[in-house]
Order: sequence, then C-alpha cells, then structure tokens
Amino acid sequence: MSAEQVNAAVPEPFEAQPFEAQPFEAQPFEAQPFEAQPFEAQPFEAQPFEAQPFEAQAFEAQPAHSAARARGSKGRHAGPAVGPALPAQQDVASGFRRLIATARSMPLATVGLAILVATAVFCFIGPVLYHTDQVHVFLSQANLAPGAGHPLGTDGDGNDELGRLMVGGQVSLEVGAAAGVLAAILGSLWGAISGYVGGYLDAVMMRVVDAGLAIPTVVVLLVVVTIYRPTEPVLILVIAATSWLSTARLVRAEALTLRTREFVQAIRVMGGGSLRAVLRHIAPNAFGTIVVNVSFQVANAVLTLAILSYLGLGIQSPAVDWGDMIYAAVQTIDDGYWWQIVAPGLAIMLVVVALTMLGDGLRDGLGRESRGR
Amino acid sequence: MSAFLARRVLQAVAVVLLVTLIVFGLLRLGPGSDRAQLVGTGAAHSAFLLQYLSWLGQVLHGNLGFSTTPAEPVTTLLANALPRTLVLTGLSTLIALLVAIPAGIVQAVRRSTATDHAIRTLTYIWYGMPSFVLGYVLILIFALHLHWFGPEGPQDSGIGGVLTDWQDLTLPVLTLSLATIAIFARYMRSAAADSLDEEYVEAARARGAGERRVLLRHVLRNSLVPVVTLLGLSIPQILGGALIVESLFNFPGMGWQIWQAALNHNLPVVLGFTLVIGVGAAIGSLLADIGYALLDPRVRYQRA
Repeated sequence: MSAEQVNAAVPEPFEAQPFEAQPFEAQPFEAQPFEAQPFEAQPFEAQPFEAQPFEAQAFEAQPAHSAARARGSKGRHAGPAVGPALPAQQDVASGFRRLIATARSMPLATVGLAILVATAVFCFIGPVLYHTDQVHVFLSQANLAPGAGHPLGTDGDGNDELGRLMVGGQVSLEVGAAAGVLAAILGSLWGAISGYVGGYLDAVMMRVVDAGLAIPTVVVLLVVVTIYRPTEPVLILVIAATSWLSTARLVRAEALTLRTREFVQAIRVMGGGSLRAVLRHIAPNAFGTIVVNVSFQVANAVLTLAILSYLGLGIQSPAVDWGDMIYAAVQTIDDGYWWQIVAPGLAIMLVVVALTMLGDGLRDGLGRESRGR
Repeated sequence: MSAFLARRVLQAVAVVLLVTLIVFGLLRLGPGSDRAQLVGTGAAHSAFLLQYLSWLGQVLHGNLGFSTTPAEPVTTLLANALPRTLVLTGLSTLIALLVAIPAGIVQAVRRSTATDHAIRTLTYIWYGMPSFVLGYVLILIFALHLHWFGPEGPQDSGIGGVLTDWQDLTLPVLTLSLATIAIFARYMRSAAADSLDEEYVEAARARGAGERRVLLRHVLRNSLVPVVTLLGLSIPQILGGALIVESLFNFPGMGWQIWQAALNHNLPVVLGFTLVIGVGAAIGSLLADIGYALLDPRVRYQRA
C-alpha cells in the first residue's frame, strides 16, 4: 500500500524535471531526492533480471550434480544470490560450494525445503519399507494406543496410524502441490493481464476477484463438493478454482507498480517497445513474487483439503488423506484417543509451517537482494 | 472525497451484483428442483438471464427459499443463526486484535532478535495448525481432562443465554481468536516494519524525538491505519474460520447451518447463507475503504 503511494507520487516531479526544473529555485530542492532514486533503482532492477536466466540454467544443470540431489533443488532458488551465469561444465565441487553458500544465506527457506523433502520421502518411499494394509478393517485391532507393532497406534478401523500417515500424506501432498501450482498460474495470468492492460478490463477483472474473495472459500467448496463427487482431480480443480484470487491481486499490484517504475519508463524513453519492457523488465521482476506465492498457495491448498476432509466432504473412502484421519478421530472425541489426532495434526502443521518458512525465506532473501539491504 | 466515495460505492454495487451472479451460477449447477423453487415454476425453463432476474426479484423481496430438512424459510434459520455467529466472530476478532497489534509492533521493533524469532515461531505454528486440530487439543485438555470448560458451544436459543454461558463459550472463542491472531500478527509485523522504514520516522528521530514518542505517535498510529483494511478484508476469512469452529463445537451459527445443509444436500440453505455472507463481506470491505480514506487522505487522490 505504502509502495503504491510512494510510486504514485514519484513520476510527476520526475517527468517535469528534465525540462524546466532548473530555473525555479524551489524545485531543484524537491527534485534532488527524486533524482537519487532512479540511480538506485537501476542496479536493483539489473540484479533480478540477470538472475532469472541463471535460475533456469541451474535447474537444467542439476542432473549433472548428482551428488547434490536434495540440495540441488535449493540451488534453483539460489540464483539471485550467486550472480553471473554458471557454465554447464563448471566442476561439481564449486557448484556444491555455491549451493551451500546460498543455503546459508537463506536459512529459513533451507530449513523449510529440507522438511518438505523429508516429508515427501516419508510419504512416497516410506510405504515401500513399511508395509501396512490401509484398505481392510481389523476390528480386533481398533483404537490401540501406540506400542509394539503399531508405533503410532491404530484408528477406529484397526488400521496402523503410521502407515496411514504415509498413504494419506501422498494424497495431501499431491492435491496440495497440484492445486497450489495451478492456482498460482491462474492467478498470475489473470493479475498480469489485468495490470498490464488496465482501463475498463482491469476494473471488470478486479471486481470479479473482489466478488470471489467476498465469499469464504470453504463455503464455495462445500457447495461444489455437494454437487460433484470429490475425487482427487475434482478436488485439485475445485481448490485451485477457489484460491487463485489472492495471487491475481498480488500479481496485478506488482504489474501496476512495475509499470510505473523508473527503469521501465527509462526503457520507454530510450526507445524500447512495451513488449521489451514487459518481457525483459516487468516479467522477470514479478517472477520472484510469483515463485514466493506458489509456496503460500501450496500451503493453503494442503490446509483447504484438510478442512474439506475434516468436514466429511473430502476424498472418498478407501482413499484417505490427513484431514480424513482427523475427521475419523473427531468422531470419537470423547474417548480421548489423542494419538489419532496428534500424528495427522502434526503432519499438516509441519508441511504448512515448512511451506510458509520457504515462502517467507525466499521473499526475505530476494527482497533484501533487490532492496540492496 | 465525494468522487472517491461515488467510485467506491459503484464498485461495491458491481461486486454485490457479481456475488449474486456467482451464487446463482452455483444454484444452476445443482438439481433442478431447488432452482424451480427459487425462480418460480414459470421461469424454470426460460433463459439464464430471465431465470437470474426472476431469482434476484425473489431475493430482493426477502425470499431466500425454503429449507428441506427443518421445513422452514431460509430467512427464519438465518435470523436464528446470525446473532450467534456475530457473538463468536466479534469476541474473537476483538481478542485477536488486542493480542496481535502489540505482538506485531514488538516483533517489528525488535526485528531479527530473539523476541522476534520466538513470536515468529509461535505465529508460524499457529498459522500452520488447522483450527480444528487446535480446537480438538483445547477440548482434550481443558474440557475432557481438566473439566474447566464445556466441550460444546452454548446451546441456548436466546442470545442472552449464549453470552452468559461463558463456560461453554470460552473454548470456541479461544479457538477462533488463536486462529485469527496468526493471520493478524503476520500482517501487523509487516505493517509496523513498513512504517518503521518510512522517512517520517527518520525525520522524527532527526528532530530529536524519543524512542517512545516515535513508536507511539508515528509507528503505532501509522500501522493502525492498515488494520482497518485488514478487518474489512478478513471478514470472509473469519467467517470461514467460524464455520470450522462452529462445526467442531456443535455451535449452531451460520457456519454450522451451512455445513449441516451441505451434508444433507439442502442447497437453498447453503446458497441463501452464502449470499448473505458475500453481500455482507462486500459491504464490510466498502466501509473499511471509506474508513481508510477518512484516516489517510492520500488514498482518496491516489486511486483517482
């Protein structure tokens, strides 16, 4: 909000200045601070812009750094901190060192990413090592407290909680990741078009977002899920369709701000077309915002799926997700089977916290970089 | 100001109309019988626009349709449920603000110190913990184990009965405020951090103002202004949270009604309540923007 206010104020004096600012005595005094800004703004802009191509390269280069697997994906976000492009033949040791340096510079994001990788390994590789039957009912084993044979106890159907946590996590992570990414893409497109084009189209598109945001997401989801049978693809589409709105607002604001920034106006003055301004200066700068937003959107989608399942309107049995496990636990709330809620509750929390840390860490890291702090 | 007001009211009218379109679109997705009941049998087979206008006419006359399972007009159910939800959300929001504003400012002032990290960790955990897990844990500890409070929300039909039944009201309000604090505190931290970075803070310090004066007169006052917007924009989020809390504590407010209606495929109730929430949120956001413009005159010109 304050950024918009400041930026709205900047262009006028800035434009006036090259012409007749000099003769007036009062104006050079006011113009001075504004003059300083374009100079500062130029290097800010150059950094993310140069960093972007590098990010793509680091991503492609990863298979070469086979030793770096888990840390390799950290390297994707490493781009801006490292600087100039990395040749593909760079030796592994130096690349590895760079990754560690980047990871150190963004501890919050690194910890978040490490937790996410560990959770994914647990859910997708765990069941290979730890076999459990999550389809049939074993009433003789129902509601057992944690102990030998069942490290996390069993649920009301006698299914092992640890195994269920792994299988349920697959659905939670798949739906969360797919819906979150889809929502971020939808929202970015909507917001970017709205912000770039402006005028009446912008007004109409943003009123649609306002109307969508006025209705609680949960409520819309409840309506749709009562009409369509909630399978995994349906849930992904429905969650994405209700959560892209916040991204659209964010990206539009970014596009509006960037459009009026000095370095974009400077490009125009120097004779660059608006396509060049958009592709080489606005898009790369908004890209950081979008990447950060993806992790928040995924966190949000994981939570939303859990809410739906908890309300008894999520994915249908025998498929299960973490929210379903909590729903089952709440049915016997008076019996005090605490282990049935602690495990899935902690799992959801851990993933959401990790994603929030990743997003905040990236934002702070990228932000500090571009603000030069 | 009047130009700003006119533009903003016009926007709100557009949003309200779009909300009715969304709700009507959802109604069209549902089974035909529900639609016939709401658009009138004559219009049931006509074009989309005619159906929509006919439905809108009914809504403007205060007819939101009839519920199937409790066989009552949707408006009667609404009149019973709305005050309960207002009590729950009002109390929770108040508590959340009282905790989140100081917490956010303390964090921003002590940026990157142990205090900041401690509060930040706590808000992370709150933020990540789904409110139904939080509520369940609170029920396990305070209701089932310690027997301090009741495990269910107040069941009294009158609003006075709800307010005096503090033993049953405490846990739902506590759960919803904790969930809301997480949203507010993150916002307050960045709002306060932003105003700390502003030039007027530097200017105040340069004039020799003490740290206390800088914080109270410049940082606190300026970071309170965005809170108005935050409140306006959080209405749908808080009501969504209320739905979860009401379903966990079996507290028959608006969210509980929507949830039960959804489970019973009682579409008129779900959509009638959705419409009311959507329109209410649009009006709330309008009022918040007007409040913001009154507090911060720059906004009036900036959005011209």
